[in-house]
Amino acid sequence: MSEKTPGPNELAKIEYNPPKKDWMNPEVSFRKGTFNYSAIPKSVEYLGLPYARKWQPTDKDWNLPANWKEILLNGLKERLDKFRSLRIFMDICVRCGACADKCHFFIGSGDPKNMPILRAELLRSVYRNDFTRAGKILGRLAGARELTVDVVKEWFFYFYQCTECRRCSVFCPYGIDTAEITIIVRELLNLIGCGIDWITTPAANCFRTGNHLGIQPHGFKDSVDFAVDDLEENTGVRVEASINRKGAEILFVVPSADYFGDPHYFGFLGYMALFHEIGLDYTFSAFASEGGNFGLFHSHEMMKRLNAKIYAEAKRLGVKWIIGGECGHMWRVLHQYMDTMNGPADFLEAPVSPITGTKFENASSTKMVHIAEFTADLIKNGKLKLDPKRNDHWKVTFHDSCNPARAMGLIEEPRYILRNVCNHFYEMPENTIKEQTFCCGSGSGLGTDENLEMRLRGGLPRANAVKYVHEKHDVNLLTCICAIDKATLPPLLEYWVPGVAVAGVHELVGNALVMKGENERVVDLRGQSIVKKEAIDHV
Amino acid sequence: MYDSGKIIIGLLLFFGLIASPIWYNLASGKGSYKPDIKIVTTEKQCVAPTPYMRTSHMDLVYSWRDLVVRENHRSYNSFTGRQYDMSLTGTCLNCHSNKTEFCDKCHSFVGEAPFCWDCHVVPKEGN
Amino acid sequence: MKIIYSLIGVLALILIVALGVGTADLQYLFGVIIPVLAALVFGVGIIYRVIKWARSPVPFHIPTTCGQQKSLPWIKSATLENPQGRWGVIARMALEIFLFRSLFRNTRVELRDGPRLAYGTTKYLWLGGLLFHWSFLIILLRHFRFFVEPVPFFVLFIQRIDGFFQVGVPILYVTDIFILLALSYLFFRRIVSPKIRYISLIADYFALLLISAIVISGILMRYFWKVDLIAAKELVLSIFSFHPVVPEGIGLLFYIHLFLVSCLLVYFPMSKLMHMGGVFLSPTRNLSNGSRARRHVNPWNPPVKVHTYEEWEDEFHDLIKGAGLPLDKE
Repeated sequence: MSEKTPGPNELAKIEYNPPKKDWMNPEVSFRKGTFNYSAIPKSVEYLGLPYARKWQPTDKDWNLPANWKEILLNGLKERLDKFRSLRIFMDICVRCGACADKCHFFIGSGDPKNMPILRAELLRSVYRNDFTRAGKILGRLAGARELTVDVVKEWFFYFYQCTECRRCSVFCPYGIDTAEITIIVRELLNLIGCGIDWITTPAANCFRTGNHLGIQPHGFKDSVDFAVDDLEENTGVRVEASINRKGAEILFVVPSADYFGDPHYFGFLGYMALFHEIGLDYTFSAFASEGGNFGLFHSHEMMKRLNAKIYAEAKRLGVKWIIGGECGHMWRVLHQYMDTMNGPADFLEAPVSPITGTKFENASSTKMVHIAEFTADLIKNGKLKLDPKRNDHWKVTFHDSCNPARAMGLIEEPRYILRNVCNHFYEMPENTIKEQTFCCGSGSGLGTDENLEMRLRGGLPRANAVKYVHEKHDVNLLTCICAIDKATLPPLLEYWVPGVAVAGVHELVGNALVMKGENERVVDLRGQSIVKKEAIDHV
Repeated sequence: MYDSGKIIIGLLLFFGLIASPIWYNLASGKGSYKPDIKIVTTEKQCVAPTPYMRTSHMDLVYSWRDLVVRENHRSYNSFTGRQYDMSLTGTCLNCHSNKTEFCDKCHSFVGEAPFCWDCHVVPKEGN
Repeated sequence: MKIIYSLIGVLALILIVALGVGTADLQYLFGVIIPVLAALVFGVGIIYRVIKWARSPVPFHIPTTCGQQKSLPWIKSATLENPQGRWGVIARMALEIFLFRSLFRNTRVELRDGPRLAYGTTKYLWLGGLLFHWSFLIILLRHFRFFVEPVPFFVLFIQRIDGFFQVGVPILYVTDIFILLALSYLFFRRIVSPKIRYISLIADYFALLLISAIVISGILMRYFWKVDLIAAKELVLSIFSFHPVVPEGIGLLFYIHLFLVSCLLVYFPMSKLMHMGGVFLSPTRNLSNGSRARRHVNPWNPPVKVHTYEEWEDEFHDLIKGAGLPLDKE
């Protein structure tokens, strides 16, 4: 934590009543800790995107291209013609306010422009001004305002303060989805070179090396080898893991943080232990070494560019179908966009579990199965020997990642797994889980250090729900199925509710999995003693 | 994906419904119907001026009912100064004797069902 | 200020018709010409707007799922909140349109000391909205007694239910009370709640005030300053059968009512009131969650610049080789 970040008590003083002033006058201050740095020119150029330049949001002059306004308005026009969602969402909001207090950034900051309705109005007011007759004639009386540099700055500030979590769209009587509007405004901003670095650079890395972290093929190989060694050390079983192997039955794609980040890595060990134990014929790919997709946070086009490698690699390797690891926005792309963008995947076969024979009919066209679906099916069919006692040092709760919950409905599968691999599972309050789940506050490319205060604010609702089960049930582990969660929840919880760790669901699977030929497990996948921890708990 | 088929069906359905008065009147052939009421009487003037009676007779009759039933007050002093007995059957029906040709014509035209006949006996219809 | 603008707007409309009919005797203009033109604007406007929406495709399959997906056969899926097929979608849309399902979910957040966030359910907006819309619909259907001859059975039936309590003469309709209550609630929450006041535009107040004025003029006409209903229906019928005649002496209030309705008809297609049509086309609600089972086609799916495996292998050739990973070339 930087010493400038105020403490929890300070930060939790939130005023929900908006100021007297009208919101229509654009006004943003780029206060340290509440915004993200601009994309570095190198990354912008690598991706072949326009207007690469050195600038920062705090600069007075953003050095916009001379015809920035024309670019934005043409871009908006083009998108209105391409996306019915945008047209409908621009036209039919009645400003009922049901969404107002549903956004985690509003709850955590009280900034009225973080109410989803107003976030959308930032664009809608410009839409009215330039694309509706009433707005053209009546102007401000009709809620229209001109697109100015200040409005662009406001867009930058607030549309990089939305994590595309879709919680507001659950409550909207017309299903207006701010994520959709955010995606499109970010597209517009990128047209004039106003992207943020935490999105553009990972996207550039991913385009080049195959993963956001920019890990090159040998690095990927090292990580996997390392994991094989670690697993052997913890379990006594040496697993095999192949990379870029042609003729494997299944291609396994994970978010790159899984083999590089902490605590993601322990879940990665869990996957490998599981696949070894059931004898799955699978391969990793060093080229498609990223399931996550920062392109989604950039533009539809970038999403497609980065996603293309998954099918391409599945085809090249000649696999039958694909399994995807634990990741939130990654699964939004895989579930709702991939087949449309880069399909049809007619070179693959409809997924059938080689272990249980279960046909995954829900994935028969996309041919990609979520690991939680796959594992739940294994457990249900009694294919795994599990010893949940090995997770007794954890009192567990589950955080539904936004996109698997609200863009997919993957709700029961991970819970079923958890109930089978651990003995102490507690739900957080009803209004904070499942389709009403709260974002970690750092999704959609906002998980930077420079944005820390805003992340802590946005993560307050989630952390607060964790605090509830922490105090009530002594919960000390928050499980989730999202790489961004795993990266950003630990500091968030450290700040708001110290004493709760974060883990992927498959880390607990790996802990509980009884493997043939394993040593007696004295440590979990983290290398922490199972017995000792338990002893401490009982003191 | 445009779903134009579904949208066109939806629009047709919507406009079919909101334009239904047109089809309905066309089908019933009564689009230019106008109730033609018959009064057989030698009286020249009703108990109140005709425009008032046309729009507000229910108020009058209703107040008569309350005065008679609840306060046992029976005499009505009309705007011409003439006294009437406040009675539906004894006064109103003297002139407006044919329910079908008088009351019902307008009442069914605007779909208002009066509750006079909940208590009162429907008069025998003569000319 | 915004409220005052809207109020002035509605009062100005009333003034126009009061002067037009009351003073200038423009019965034909306000009784026939304006309503017919308004109906035309309404019809053409709605078609224009809907076609404009329809011309933009739905490129991606983006339903918001609010329950368990259909995946493994032994996991119970939420067919209504996370529909898989056509019937599920129809049911979900029906719930949304007839019962305001999403609004029913509404919660209110409260920050207590600790800090502790608490979420309570709040159904007022749902109730107010539902009451308003259903009352509006029933009142509109009741009006069919003035639109067609003979009065259809369903109208009499609705009137019977609506006037169930048989209070007063003419019988008081419950929906008249409900719509007034609902409109007042919807209006005053925009004033009382600081958040809602902050987000409200003139258009939001205007729509409520205009509809309130229509309702109030209608109620006045029925219960207080009565008009000649026979003549009113004659006028309306004559318009619907394309032989407009303006009978004498219907009463000014009727013209006010009719003119305000005409204004609403004109205003409708160019305003947020188009949510009536838009809700049917909202892609987060009207799509099934079967995007992995059935491919959704994007009509403008353009080719993009991708990084191919060959390019990747070329760039990292030595590293791949050094790591002992298989290569396509050599």
